[in-house]
Amino acid sequence: MTQSGQYNFAYLDEQTKRMIRRALLKGLAIPGYQVPFASREMPMPYGWGTGGVQVTAACLVPEDCLKVIDQGADDTTNAVSIRKFFQRTAGVDVTEQTTASTVIQTRHRIPETPLREGQILVYQVPIPEPLRFIEPRETETRKMHALAEYGLMHVKLYEDIARHGAISTAYAYPVSVEGRYVMDPSPIPKFDNPKMEMAGIQLFGAGREQRIYALPPYTRVVSLDFEDYPFDPMRAEHPCDMCGAEDTYLDEVIIDDAGGRMFVCSDTDHCTARRAAGHRGRLAATEDAA
Amino acid sequence: MSTIAAMKGGFNDPAVDAAHGFRALLNAMAMPGAINDVTGAVPVAPLSVAAGVAILTLCDPETPVYLAPSHDTDAVRDWITFHTGAPFVGPSHAAFAIGTWEALMPLDQFPIGTPEYPDRSTTLIVEMDALAQTGATLRGPGIRETAQLNLPDAGAMADNAALFPLGVDFILTAGAQVAALPRSTKIGER
Ligand SMILES: [Zn+2]
Repeated sequence: MTQSGQYNFAYLDEQTKRMIRRALLKGLAIPGYQVPFASREMPMPYGWGTGGVQVTAACLVPEDCLKVIDQGADDTTNAVSIRKFFQRTAGVDVTEQTTASTVIQTRHRIPETPLREGQILVYQVPIPEPLRFIEPRETETRKMHALAEYGLMHVKLYEDIARHGAISTAYAYPVSVEGRYVMDPSPIPKFDNPKMEMAGIQLFGAGREQRIYALPPYTRVVSLDFEDYPFDPMRAEHPCDMCGAEDTYLDEVIIDDAGGRMFVCSDTDHCTARRAAGHRGRLAATEDAA
Repeated sequence: MSTIAAMKGGFNDPAVDAAHGFRALLNAMAMPGAINDVTGAVPVAPLSVAAGVAILTLCDPETPVYLAPSHDTDAVRDWITFHTGAPFVGPSHAAFAIGTWEALMPLDQFPIGTPEYPDRSTTLIVEMDALAQTGATLRGPGIRETAQLNLPDAGAMADNAALFPLGVDFILTAGAQVAALPRSTKIGER
């Protein structure tokens, strides 16, 4: 029992945390390789990112400041309850600001603000195996990774080009890590892929599939592509209607019954910080006047 | 029997001390060459504080431990048994191996994982006199451009890195400091 009272520190018992911690160190030593681990039941449904929650639980120290985002937003039910969970069980401070955080747990986005050394980004991963959709058998995908046999993956992507004139994969776009392992970046938009070469530590937890993997800072992460069809991160052809940013990932939002639409940064903290700094988008003035 | 000595020197607040110990180890493994301070363990000699923290943070009944001759004493065995319950094994079955570099040799007696499961390898906790950011030049994941660290044997460690994704990983300990050299780090002369 610790000072956190009725709970173990960060909820998990010490033996479970040790097992996860050992897996995390192996993951960092072999970037992009999926380390098996014995996932535990968590007091939340699988869809809520129990893999990420377990990784966060194994990493937190009481001095941490935790940010939790769900598709870029800090205020969804999922994000709020995970934040509260660690406030209660680990006694950590929480924040919505990327710059103020030391650990960020994320579902489906990388913050727009570049991470700095010492920050940790924990991803909730639903399907860790990038080869699963071409090979359902675990024994086979494991063999393919062992032999770095990724030809089928390239064939699949190229078939996409033949059929659609472009690679249609917009989320969970596969990457090659240090020229060795092909890795699933979790369902982030491919717009975020270039950010994976970063100063922060990236840790990936898949609860249902019981896999942990990791990227140390400055690891080379290359989105799979072809000489004649180079990787294109794709961005909507609009500035943010709230903050005017032209370099962020945007959500399309319906704003009235007449079908009016606006484009706004998916990263709410980034958008808020830009507006606080005086940046204005097309529709920001009306909002401020309201 | 050294039972009393064996019972002392563990973490005062096991969950929180282990959390701090792990964060230091995580940063060390994520940023090869970086030297991190640790605290919380007061192990029996000749174990360093840093080796003690690594053992208390990572070892338990699920992790067979090999003690190299430099560290294979009754006192060390009693201390590790009391605080972690880890079983002692020979090098070929070790999840963790502890000792000075010379005592841990030869390197090829440790598991390096399999092509399907490269994680099934030994992590060596190498006790050193001191850690310093001088000597061999390190490149690779976790390192912005280059880093430097006084490796005990750059040649043997470079040979290990050449096995990637197989190989062993090193946790380097001296006093209350820890650094790491994962198999992914490429080692150059200077
Ligand atoms: Zn914006």
